[in-house]
Amino acid sequence: MAENIGKKQVQKVAKLSRLQLTQNEIDEFTGQLSAILKYFEKLQQLDTEDVKPLAHCLPINNVFRDDLPQQSLGTEKTLENAPQHDGDFFKVPKILDESSGA
Amino acid sequence: MNDLEYKVIIGLEIHVQLCTKTKMFCSCQVGFGEQPNSRVCPVCLGMPGSLPVMNKKAVEYAVLVGLALNCKIADFTKWDRKSYYYPDLPKNYQISQYDLPLAENGYIDVPLDDGKTKKIRITRAHLEEDAGKNIHSTGNFSQVDLNRAGTALLEIVTEPDLNNSRQAKTLAIELQKIVRYLVVSEADMQKGHMRFEPNVNLIINKDGKEYKTPIVEIKNLNSFRALERSIDYEIERQLDEFLQTGKVMQMGNKSTRGWDGEKQVTVLQREKEEANDYRYFPDPDLVPVVLKGKWLDDIKGNLCELPLKKQIRYVSKFKLSEYDAGVLTAERSTAELFEKAVQAGAKPKRLCNLITQIGLKLANEAGRCLAELGLNAQHLAQLAVMIEKGEINASAADNIMQQMIKTQKDPTTLANELNLIQKSDEDELDKIVGQSLEENAQAVEDVKSGGKKSKKALGFLIGQVMKKTKGKANPKIVSKILHKKLS
Repeated sequence: MAENIGKKQVQKVAKLSRLQLTQNEIDEFTGQLSAILKYFEKLQQLDTEDVKPLAHCLPINNVFRDDLPQQSLGTEKTLENAPQHDGDFFKVPKILDESSGA
Repeated sequence: MNDLEYKVIIGLEIHVQLCTKTKMFCSCQVGFGEQPNSRVCPVCLGMPGSLPVMNKKAVEYAVLVGLALNCKIADFTKWDRKSYYYPDLPKNYQISQYDLPLAENGYIDVPLDDGKTKKIRITRAHLEEDAGKNIHSTGNFSQVDLNRAGTALLEIVTEPDLNNSRQAKTLAIELQKIVRYLVVSEADMQKGHMRFEPNVNLIINKDGKEYKTPIVEIKNLNSFRALERSIDYEIERQLDEFLQTGKVMQMGNKSTRGWDGEKQVTVLQREKEEANDYRYFPDPDLVPVVLKGKWLDDIKGNLCELPLKKQIRYVSKFKLSEYDAGVLTAERSTAELFEKAVQAGAKPKRLCNLITQIGLKLANEAGRCLAELGLNAQHLAQLAVMIEKGEINASAADNIMQQMIKTQKDPTTLANELNLIQKSDEDELDKIVGQSLEENAQAVEDVKSGGKKSKKALGFLIGQVMKKTKGKANPKIVSKILHKKLS
């Protein structure tokens, strides 16, 4: 059977995940990921015709909380673990791509 | 250029910030203008080991909007992670809904200039969490404030049924009214509660052939004006680009542009292609939502008559102009006050004038909405009836309404206290008019001689009567007596 995942795809996934991989790592991960995918291919043999897609592994739903405010951490504590901060803000490398924002 | 025709195709993505007290998945209080990074906790900071828990109110608000937009509400929805690599969402993913959105397949009625309405299909509406704010202004780094990160956000996506910028803007305004009517969002543009992302392209007919320009998504517009202008700019730009390069739509050549409000142009941000690979997958930290039975019925109970429907009803039932009906229904609380006062016996048109010409002016001066002035519907109706009967005139009504707000007294009491009841007694007014005529022989002469001066002189005489009665003479009756005496 051919490789389930090629080097190109590994490079693409790495790029999307903001990971920098060396040539050796790409080779290594391509092999490993291929093996994993091949293993999972076994699942394809199962008859899932009557099985509903599973959204969550626990058989529960509707776990809510009421809309009541609780104490937040506060600025000082929030920034305590940050590698860098600038006044009350987290300080991060300049964001060049302006298309952030959900 | 002669055989070139084009049609504009626009679809809208709209983000609406819901007015829940707390964030979508944690109990941090939502606020605006707070100290940066003060309203955050381990959940919205994406700390290891923290777990999100759904805000029930946010789900209910979102369902309510879905219902108002005539959507099919899913009885089963779940949460997905959308990969996202910006520091304004520290988890590196946004919790959103991918394949099972909360609401689908609806529509919104958008009023057109010709008085008709156009149905714009709603593809879907789903809940997600907002990102924080990146601030780029200082030095060689960016600042991040995560207070907004995790705030409940409703994303609404329309089908590409809009054909010009005005329709897009009108839809946005209509949606703002709807979410305010439902009290699920303040929809304050200044605070970024509504953000728009239009997808724009053109279908061009040139020399008998049809071409489609590549789709452009304009990101993060936060005013109606920017929405309208950026679309207009983009239409021109795409037309120019097509004429110069002939570039047409292909797989993967959709691009993203930003709006530069200062230069009034759109600026290329990225060619989308593979960047669009968000690799959604179900969020194992959150359980699904099952929506049916009493809970769904309870939510439905919070629906109300929507602004456009109300506006149309006011025109047909109360015989108001579309403009007046639009003003009265712009805010739900104003409309409710109006309707209560009509029930209390006010004539709709008279009441409408009172509200739009005096009430809204006073509200505006106070920097509040009409309902916040504390006007009593019964009193408002009385005031309208008093004008109707000619007991007071318009300027007295202004005065009385101001006092109603201050003192909460009823208008009849106030009119008496302030000595504003009009003189409508014909015999008494007859005498005063007679006096005025004697004292102003020249004006009488001018009226009788007709011509240009006549109208002015008549106005002068009415003014004299008003002066003698300290503005309390009923102008209709004065005018009637004057005409009788001078003809």
